[in-house]
Amino acid sequence: MKALKPPRVTDTTLRDGSHAMRHQFTREQVRAIVSALDEAGVPVIEVTHGDGLGGSSIQYGFSGTSELDLIDEAAKAAKRAKIAALLLPGIGTRKELAAAIERGIKVVRIATQCTEADISEQHFGMAKEMGLETVGFLMMAHMRPPEFLAEQAALMESYGADCVYIVDSAGAMLPDDVRRRVAALKERLSIQVGFHAHNNLGLAIGNTLAAIEEGADQVDGCLRGLGAGAGNAPTELIAAVLDKMGLNPGLDVFKLMDAAEYIVAPIMPYQPIPDRDAITIGYAGVYSTFLLHARHIAAEFGLDPREILVELGRRQAVAGQEDWILDVALDIVRAKRAAEGAGDAREPAAVERPAD
Amino acid sequence: MYKLLRNPGHMELAMFAGIDPQSEGIARAKKLGIPTSYEGIKAILDDPDIRIVFDATSAKAHVRHAKMLREAGKIAIDLTPAARGPYVVPPVNLGAHLDKDNVNLITCGGQATIPLVYAVSRVVPVRYAEIVSTVASRSAGPGTRQNIDEFTFTTAHGLEAIGGAERGKAIIILNPAEPPIIMRNTVYVIPATEEYDEAAIVASVDQMVAEVQQYVPGYRLKDAPVFDRRRTPWGERTVIAMLLEVEGAGDFLPPYSGNLDIMTAAAWRVGELFAQHLLGIRQEVAA
Repeated sequence: MKALKPPRVTDTTLRDGSHAMRHQFTREQVRAIVSALDEAGVPVIEVTHGDGLGGSSIQYGFSGTSELDLIDEAAKAAKRAKIAALLLPGIGTRKELAAAIERGIKVVRIATQCTEADISEQHFGMAKEMGLETVGFLMMAHMRPPEFLAEQAALMESYGADCVYIVDSAGAMLPDDVRRRVAALKERLSIQVGFHAHNNLGLAIGNTLAAIEEGADQVDGCLRGLGAGAGNAPTELIAAVLDKMGLNPGLDVFKLMDAAEYIVAPIMPYQPIPDRDAITIGYAGVYSTFLLHARHIAAEFGLDPREILVELGRRQAVAGQEDWILDVALDIVRAKRAAEGAGDAREPAAVERPAD
Repeated sequence: MYKLLRNPGHMELAMFAGIDPQSEGIARAKKLGIPTSYEGIKAILDDPDIRIVFDATSAKAHVRHAKMLREAGKIAIDLTPAARGPYVVPPVNLGAHLDKDNVNLITCGGQATIPLVYAVSRVVPVRYAEIVSTVASRSAGPGTRQNIDEFTFTTAHGLEAIGGAERGKAIIILNPAEPPIIMRNTVYVIPATEEYDEAAIVASVDQMVAEVQQYVPGYRLKDAPVFDRRRTPWGERTVIAMLLEVEGAGDFLPPYSGNLDIMTAAAWRVGELFAQHLLGIRQEVAA
């Protein structure tokens, strides 16, 4: 067994949690959460619309309060922690990045579908020029094998990434899937490696530990697991577990529990858990943020959200393709009408194990 | 090139120019008996019979070319993001620009979605238009990949300037599915008022789709426009969602790359209308 070292923990309650909050975080909530995280020793706090800078849209949901104002609030509230923002090229641009830098971010996490790292070059370039710390995010990383991901990660390294994350956006990975992917990046890169979990199959904490055991330098958490799908690895839980392992990177476990209990839990619209639809997301390997959108559309058309989610998995939908939910729903409705007309039952869509 | 060979209309393909003698394009053109040059724009400038030039180089190169072509008295149809001339979308505003010597084709996403935004805005004022273009990874070349921000800026600006939206937003997603997906676009529109005739919008959209189909046969709405209530910065409002598919004609590029096909088809269309204009032929379609 290799000697393990304490990972750096980034809290993304105010970014991944934005999905569960339907992008309605307020300035007051941001101030309270950032202050508590900062006080508890969390070194990096991500604050952005769930889909990254510029994500406020019909496609993903409009922000209640402009993310730039929330970043501004966070930067003022943080005494020690660095504020980070997420950027998905294709959604956000260097224009929004420049605005976020002006409001005080010190870290940018640049996310692409795990096959498309080469769309991030101009954004890494600008971030490094502006003196930011940079993190690359390879999303939906369950869809490609470890060696492939290592190649994509190497591209991000060549553009200026200081760390590249394996991102299990669909919460579809098993611990061994995580191990092999983190190990491949550790082997290939000379920069840091990170891991971001979703709890759709109930494995967020276990997968995070698997990543740390393979030498992951950075991991993500959200207070109370507040995030897309069944949520993420709870930050307070990561802290408690790391502490028991003798790997506490300087987090105050009790303060994080209090932040989760008394600040985040009361404002959560629901506790993300691996319920029927969230498990389906992990099982079918689709983007965790599809959860609420699929429920909305399913209710409108009288469908079971699982029918839509499974079909999205079959079509290999990727990060950000919320518009396909409506498309799939309309196709299912049309097929059902045709089947009723023809009098024969429709075959259920095949479930595919996430490709590996 | 293949579109011009298949259907020259009132044009004649007089030259295919590049800068790399080893390029596949030049080799193919040569094989088809088309005069070629690998000295870039020079051979084109030297040929007084060439009146219309399609420039599919790069934004940087086109800035230089635009000046040279203007001085040589040629019409430039710009497929790069340089935008030295006005944006054109054939069924929306080309008629207004046939006197110009340089026009720009915006982006593939713009060519696909701006007609639909315009189809709504000619019925009811549009407060906000948002489009999501999803293209197969394989059909996005290095130019698009290295300049993905320019796609969103240019397309969003086109939604405003040509589509008629007060504010436009564009999102592009590359999908690596195998077999590759056909180019998909989702167009969301929020009208400035809730007082409008849904049937009139549907009819306007249908008419516009038929017009685009004249030069892009694989252009189709997957469903009738969907009117859905959503939370917006202007309160809960009806959002019009249109799901569009663009299948390429398969002239040369594979059918899934509708994003590339709609650019070349629009370029052909623009070239043809300029050619008719130069020849003094009354336009067959009022654009």
